[in-house]
Amino acid sequence: MEYTILILLLPFLSFLFLGLAGKWLSHRTSGLIGTTVLAAITILSYCTAYTYFTADRCADGSYATLVPYNATWLPLGHLNFDLGILLDPISVMMLIVITTVSFMVHIYSFGYMKGERGFQRYYAFLSLFTMSMLGLVVATNIFQMYLFWELVGVSSYLLIGFYYTLPAAVAASKKAFIVTRFADLGFLIGILIFGYYTGSFSFDFVNNLQMAEGTTPFIPCGIDKAIAAGGFILPTALTLMFIGGAGKSAMFPLHIWLPDAMEGPTPVSALIHAATMVVAGVYQVARLFPLWVTYAQDWMPIIIWVGVFTAFYAASVACAQSDIKRVLAFSTISQIAFMMVALGVCTEITTGHEHAGSIGYMASMFHLFTHAMFKACLFLGAGCIIHAVHSNEMVAMGGLRKYLPITHATFLISCLAISGIPFFSGFSSKDEIITACMAYSPAVGYIMTAIAAMTAFYMFRLYYGIFWGTENKELHTEHTPHEETIMTAPLVILSIITVGVGIYTTLAGFGLFEGYSFGSLISADGQDYRIHFDPSVASLSTIIAICSIALATYIFKGETQPVADRMYNAAPRLHRWAYKRFYMDEVYQFITHRIIFAYVSRPIAWFDRHVIDGFFNFLAWGTHTLSNNIKGFQSGRVQQYALVFLIGILVLILMIL
Amino acid sequence: MDRLNDILNIVLGIHVDISWFLILSALMMFIGIYGFLTRRNTLAILISVELMLNAADINFAAFNRLLFPNGQEGYIFTLFSIAISAAETAIAIAVMINIYRNLKNNFVGNLDKLKW
Repeated sequence: MEYTILILLLPFLSFLFLGLAGKWLSHRTSGLIGTTVLAAITILSYCTAYTYFTADRCADGSYATLVPYNATWLPLGHLNFDLGILLDPISVMMLIVITTVSFMVHIYSFGYMKGERGFQRYYAFLSLFTMSMLGLVVATNIFQMYLFWELVGVSSYLLIGFYYTLPAAVAASKKAFIVTRFADLGFLIGILIFGYYTGSFSFDFVNNLQMAEGTTPFIPCGIDKAIAAGGFILPTALTLMFIGGAGKSAMFPLHIWLPDAMEGPTPVSALIHAATMVVAGVYQVARLFPLWVTYAQDWMPIIIWVGVFTAFYAASVACAQSDIKRVLAFSTISQIAFMMVALGVCTEITTGHEHAGSIGYMASMFHLFTHAMFKACLFLGAGCIIHAVHSNEMVAMGGLRKYLPITHATFLISCLAISGIPFFSGFSSKDEIITACMAYSPAVGYIMTAIAAMTAFYMFRLYYGIFWGTENKELHTEHTPHEETIMTAPLVILSIITVGVGIYTTLAGFGLFEGYSFGSLISADGQDYRIHFDPSVASLSTIIAICSIALATYIFKGETQPVADRMYNAAPRLHRWAYKRFYMDEVYQFITHRIIFAYVSRPIAWFDRHVIDGFFNFLAWGTHTLSNNIKGFQSGRVQQYALVFLIGILVLILMIL
Repeated sequence: MDRLNDILNIVLGIHVDISWFLILSALMMFIGIYGFLTRRNTLAILISVELMLNAADINFAAFNRLLFPNGQEGYIFTLFSIAISAAETAIAIAVMINIYRNLKNNFVGNLDKLKW
């Protein structure tokens, strides 16, 4: 497993090279370098995954956690900051997700970013992002995770603000950075509390740790010491870390940056703001999950209810948005909330069919995987559409299925997947999430089922709005929308994954054949867990998804939409509220500007400007005045100097006498 | 010196002691200072500086005679001082020539560029 270091090093070198030498490279060369590197690390990641998952399981039935690299980066007495690579089922799964989506995005960007100014810079940033995200998932300790966590934040900032000449993009990048940074403060405090009380940052609580030879051993995590110091300490630290995760994963109320982040190039939205970076929060909770479930189970309802509310809020906002990327952004928020809820409802570690409480962890990771694929496909499809019609607004679209047949087909597949139709990947994972929720509490289960129905509804509203309905003729007179092979190829690959995983897991889940399922690779305690759908949950969610799709078809498919208009006229205020995202941005604006700026920042600024600056201005003024008064002495006239000198001497002599 | 003293004593009936030399040097010193402060011509200022230096030299010699009648060090230092003042005069005159070339006059009042 020594080659895993290359998975991190290659994109970093590519970032350095493209960033430093990009100026002298042609678009084609720099794009090829970035894509080749990505292809290489994708292959390496697949090799890693193959080697890892085909290796023998340990005696207790779970996969070993391998640490091929770990070295002290910053020795600080007892508490060292290590950097290394840790391979366990979830990090290997994330390697696959990140490299696959990133590779697709690299290929796709050839078409989408063609001729764009700063093409080399774009590929350099993509490499930086890929490196940071990979570093985050293979972190051997919470501090390394935090380090790369901030790096992905920076890459996200750089890529959202890629079109830095547009004020909206600059504002969006700043907003994303500040909001996530603010949340990361919680993460940092959590890490410090955790490190202070346990004396270690290491993830040494994972199963069957196997350190490679020559690696720095983990400092043991003194959980007992932390518990001895106070029972609330670990849960507090974990909750603070969860705040950081909630910021990165756009959980309410820290979600406000994600819709605005859509100002970045669409492939970036697909990679960072749909598939990989935004699930970092979920990944973080999953990584710390053994701690959560053992020491902070009473606090896990925080995760559940933050997730449930976010899922509902984002789904309801998504029903009213008109910008296709914003619909997808809110859909992403909602789906990530599903993953969070799934983690929250996982109350047991022991897996097995009699332990229904343990499904959540597996369901969350499964949904993370499937969602990354179909959401990346949706975003890249949206990119094709935007590329074709040069607008983000649904009004500019309509009837595009004739012009963009491949995009249409892949978009439909992904919409079916996210809606939870059997034989598409989203069905299997979402079904497991709802099963897990049902096992926790039927109320949560039914709420999540209802939100899944909303998901199906708004996704098909989007689908019909883009590909059916009224064609915007005047927009198409100048040029017919068309699609390029280099942009559709990734769509096809991603939808093949979606359908392939969907068919396999659906058949396996319904027990049509006995085989490995996702749960065999990843489950709460690492055991080989075979997914079997709960027939009642599966049928209920399928029926409800089909009903929502039918409803959306009835309302939005036609050339004119009398039902939609009637609904709009019946509740224009509700529509407006949802369209304006329930005025969350305005609430933030109010809190930051009217309260914090007005009552905290402004007095502080006044104090700074008048008292502190005033004091220094006074010093400067005093010195200036004094020097103005005495500078006459320095007249430049030698004889005057001599006279002063003489008088001085005489005075001195008189004093001595 | 002693012989000169005797002659003066016999002919004029005055006794020349150290105070005479000190009075002379003080006069030269203050004449030099006065000249330095009041003359407008840099050459005259240089002459005033020389007067002050020579006043110091006289003091050297006089105190050498008073304190160490058999010693020669004071005289040697006076010679040093004269050599140094000669060198200084050479430099000062070179400076003045340059001033004159630039300003077409030699008045110290015009040399007030060196200020705040």
